[in-house]
Amino acid sequence: MDTFVQQLINGLNVGAIYALIALGYTMVYGILRLINFAHGDVYMVGAFAGFYIALYAGFAAGASMVTLIIVLLGAMIIAAVVGMIIERFAYRPVRKYSRMTTLIMAIGVSLLIENIFVAQIGATPRAFPDFLGSQSQAPYRLFGNAAISKAQIVIFLVSIALMLLLQWIVFKTKVGTAMRAVSFNLNSAKLMGINTDAIISLTFAIGSALAAAGGVLTAQYNPNIDPLMGILTGLKAFVAAVLGGIGNIPGAVLGGLLIGAAETLVVGYGQHIGIASTYRDAVAFAILILVLLLRPSGLLGSTVQEKV
Amino acid sequence: MKRTILALLLITTLCFSFACERRNGGSGTNAVDSGGEIVVGYYGDLTGRTASFGQSTRNGVEMAIDEINKAGGINGRKVRVIVEDDQGEPNKAATVVSKLVNQDKVHAVLGEVASSNSLAAAPKAQEARIPMISPSSTNPNVTQVGDYIFRVCFIDPFQGDVMAKFAANNLKAKRAAILYDFNSDYSRGLREFFTRSFKGLGGEIVAEQSYTQGDRDFSSQLTQIRAANPDVIYVPGYYGEVGVIANQSKQLGIKAPLLGGDGWDSPQLWQLGGASLNGNYISNHYSVDDPSPAIKKFVADYTMRFNISPDALAALGYDSMRVLADAIQRAGGTDSAKLRDAIAQTKNFVGVTGSITIDKDRNAVKPAVVLKLQDQKFVYDTTIYPEGMTPPASSGASPAAGYPSPPAAASPASTAASPAPTRAASQPTNR
Repeated sequence: MDTFVQQLINGLNVGAIYALIALGYTMVYGILRLINFAHGDVYMVGAFAGFYIALYAGFAAGASMVTLIIVLLGAMIIAAVVGMIIERFAYRPVRKYSRMTTLIMAIGVSLLIENIFVAQIGATPRAFPDFLGSQSQAPYRLFGNAAISKAQIVIFLVSIALMLLLQWIVFKTKVGTAMRAVSFNLNSAKLMGINTDAIISLTFAIGSALAAAGGVLTAQYNPNIDPLMGILTGLKAFVAAVLGGIGNIPGAVLGGLLIGAAETLVVGYGQHIGIASTYRDAVAFAILILVLLLRPSGLLGSTVQEKV
Repeated sequence: MKRTILALLLITTLCFSFACERRNGGSGTNAVDSGGEIVVGYYGDLTGRTASFGQSTRNGVEMAIDEINKAGGINGRKVRVIVEDDQGEPNKAATVVSKLVNQDKVHAVLGEVASSNSLAAAPKAQEARIPMISPSSTNPNVTQVGDYIFRVCFIDPFQGDVMAKFAANNLKAKRAAILYDFNSDYSRGLREFFTRSFKGLGGEIVAEQSYTQGDRDFSSQLTQIRAANPDVIYVPGYYGEVGVIANQSKQLGIKAPLLGGDGWDSPQLWQLGGASLNGNYISNHYSVDDPSPAIKKFVADYTMRFNISPDALAALGYDSMRVLADAIQRAGGTDSAKLRDAIAQTKNFVGVTGSITIDKDRNAVKPAVVLKLQDQKFVYDTTIYPEGMTPPASSGASPAAGYPSPPAAASPASTAASPAPTRAASQPTNR
């Protein structure tokens, strides 16, 4: 029992990160009907932004919760700017063309970011500083063997806080109302006097900031960061968004947590039913195929989605 | 019709001319010694997931070459190295070795560290009949590719055996768990040999889990392992994943020590794992703390040149180049068949990583050291000797495991080993 609970904690911990990234996919899709394939790389940019802030500010030596918050906020701001730049210079000029053009542009941007990083800093993984002292601290024991570490608690709390903040922005503020209006109908929103370009830009900024938070948080649990870390994680987060119902914010969170849990449980218990732990990455994509076959609108998606 | 015949004729002539040229080029420079500069090819992962392996080894190779050239070269011939980056990918390793042997016409190839990469590249060297010495690929299959493939390190059956003995005898472990890299020849080999030896010593493997290189989360495997309540956890992986595994096992409250192999040896390991690595053990090729003068000199020279303490991969890179230089000297040149035979006859060559004797399977037979990880350092714990090799007596000179005085570059292999009493006297051997 304690092992199962532990696996669930592990899974939700991984899933929380997927959820943070999936939010960006789902928000951008909701507004532009665009799968922003560069989003996984924004997550990577966020992790590296945090890494370099910590490096140049000398935080690695005096690591603490306060410095983690500074690094987190700094990385979120940088990623938000990167997201806005991508939107302004890559997507906006082609927005008036077919959706396929934007999609191909997204793939191009993704490859561009990855390869700029590989060219500039090399593909060698870097070690993210340990801000929470998790290298030397024993976890908090729950019951039996089940335990939760400080990094996991921080990942849960920060993710939940950010998700609640997002929910508040979307449903309780004026910008949020504008965002929902744009996602409902871009042209009508424009006629109502909404600055749609600004709202789209803001959507990219928020989505990118959330991905960056995911990047910094995950590095507290797995300090190994490299320029290609966003590819697989980004794809899985995309699957999470589709699973929850792309365009649907609570759906992205649910999808992320489910994918994380499914992955972890397959590694943990798959052996008993003849599935090797190396199938971990296949799980998410098997789920993607099942969702597309059985319920293309996703778990929480209500409207019939167009094909992408 | 006329045109077709003409075209066919042209194509046939072209093919023939290429074939002729290739044959000429192939046998001309590769096999026969034409004198002049000696060109050595080095390939390794200078970038990528295990980049510290390739970089350290290259440093060791370059340092050995500089020393050789400073001492007047080999038989008066200078040595030049051509370095190729394979990014740690087997298919790229095969490509760069093809380039080294066919295009650059190197006289010998040094590399790789990771066994999977050596296994992919070795057939290229074997086809061209160019001797290849792997400094540190420990998987037994590497040298079985062909009679031109050698190595200067011990092999995994021994390395797995060392850790199994250490776990059973020194740590008194009865229950072991294994977490290995599913796609790595190195890791899979060590898992197999550790399991065999540990069971032979009366131990039990209580859990076995796997991951693949590039995985980011190991907590589910570690949770299953924790549930099996092992005394030790054997993790025969590479440092990039191991650092994270140590970190996450600490966060799960796992107290059993992790045991590993030479794949852990990298300065990057500490950045990833930090304090969570304390109390774990690895088997390795040598210890920087070794008091013998040869190692002290090597460590001092290397540290001065590269500003970092040499890991075992640097030492093996250095040794592989020096073994090659010694063989070229004995072969009297770079004729590939003679050079191959000379390498195969290497006996009691005194290297930084111990005495190197190439056996009939083209492997080196050497003792291994067990190092304990403590506060960002690999601390020497014990030396374990292979079957049939006698540990040095407390004061006597033993060529088998003696560490000699600073070796001159390209010294003949017959140099008598000088005594190394400090190491032998202070450390209990474990057989």
